[in-house]
Amino acid sequence: MTKTTIAFKINGATRTVDVEPSDVLIDVLRDKLGIKSPKIGCDRGDCGTCTVLLNGQTVRSCLVLAVEADGGEIVTLEGIGADGLTPLQKAFVAHNSFQCGFCAPGVTLAATELLRKHPHPTRDEIKEAIAGNLCRCTGYTPIIEAIEDAAQTPRKKTTAKKKIS
Amino acid sequence: MPITHSFEYYKPKRLSEAVALLHKHNGTASVLAGGTDLIVWLKENVAAPRALVDIKGIKELAVLELKDGTLRIGARTTFTALIESKIVREKFPVLWEAARTVASVGVRNRATLAGNICSAIPCLDSAPALLVYEAVVVLQGPAGTRRVPITEWFVGLKKTARKPDELVRGIELPLPKKHGGCYVKLGRYAGEDLAQVGLAILAFADNTYRIAHCAVAPTPQRLAGVEAILAGKPLAAALIRKAGARADKDISPIADVRASKEYRQHMAGIMLTRGLKAAAARLAGTGPAYGTSLL
Repeated sequence: MTKTTIAFKINGATRTVDVEPSDVLIDVLRDKLGIKSPKIGCDRGDCGTCTVLLNGQTVRSCLVLAVEADGGEIVTLEGIGADGLTPLQKAFVAHNSFQCGFCAPGVTLAATELLRKHPHPTRDEIKEAIAGNLCRCTGYTPIIEAIEDAAQTPRKKTTAKKKIS
Repeated sequence: MPITHSFEYYKPKRLSEAVALLHKHNGTASVLAGGTDLIVWLKENVAAPRALVDIKGIKELAVLELKDGTLRIGARTTFTALIESKIVREKFPVLWEAARTVASVGVRNRATLAGNICSAIPCLDSAPALLVYEAVVVLQGPAGTRRVPITEWFVGLKKTARKPDELVRGIELPLPKKHGGCYVKLGRYAGEDLAQVGLAILAFADNTYRIAHCAVAPTPQRLAGVEAILAGKPLAAALIRKAGARADKDISPIADVRASKEYRQHMAGIMLTRGLKAAAARLAGTGPAYGTSLL
């Protein structure tokens, strides 16, 4: 076992950290870097609470070794909301989409990735995009409706700006 | 859950380096691609390698191209990459349809087709599609390249034809004639679940058919008996019924937490019936779009 120093960009800042090859990314993020939005749920890739964006794609940080992220770019919920709530997050608030909130970071990142790839997804596409993120509170309906709303946001925003000016 | 045993981590840039590392470790090294199976096994102490050889730094394994009538899928190709490939979607629609049913987006962004067939669990969604497209697995060992037809790849539960010092470079699929087909997956619910039964079907204009299963035997296989019944005949309603009734003879499912043996046998027949109808309709250009659930 060799301890190595790895470096990656996390939420815009470059961080270096000493890890062992067997260190799992979720544990390094939470315990060594203090980034607590990714949660440990099933710890085997099924529940989606540990979701982070690695090089622009959602991954299960419980199934990624920290050394694999060396030289990469990670974005967590902390990075998504750094400049205030995104339209998607505002829609989640408006729809009261979460109760306990344990799944919220993962769902938010999964939906963020979806809307980047498909700005106007169908309901089925939304369901598929968050199928790997388990929520035990809501039955998903307020989450899906919020994502549908957020997908319309760019249009609404333009109209709102016009009204102000 | 932390990983409780230690190992060395290598990320070679060249294929020869990776093979040399596997050879040097003589069966005690594991190949790491997406890691979506391997990391779970490391956590659960199902696997305890002394070294991991991460292949994500090897450029030539990132290939995904159709050239000279062969689709080459490099070992680094993820399921997301397959789903987003126009070539896969248009020329190998059954593989595309199967790739979409694997786990969830966050897993598919990481998990590779090569890793899926190396894990070789009985319910792997990619296997039926690879069997009907008559895929070939390309291996690189210290002595050179070896090609293994997919029919000879799965040798047992989680066991493949790969030798410990061989690396899967990729998977090759010959470009098939015009066909209609489907991958039908039975899960407990829509969304992320392992298959209770999986069936892939290809139907060609000359009334030949290729059919393969997963999750209903220790290894995925072609349904040779059903294929023989259908061979050379157009898919009339009576013939489809006959094939559906014969499906359980070509499989040997077990009962487990996801389904009973009898349920799997029963559903295999129903899925074959519906799948054949859809395959014929898609061949004629009238079927439901690929990706539409047939169940």
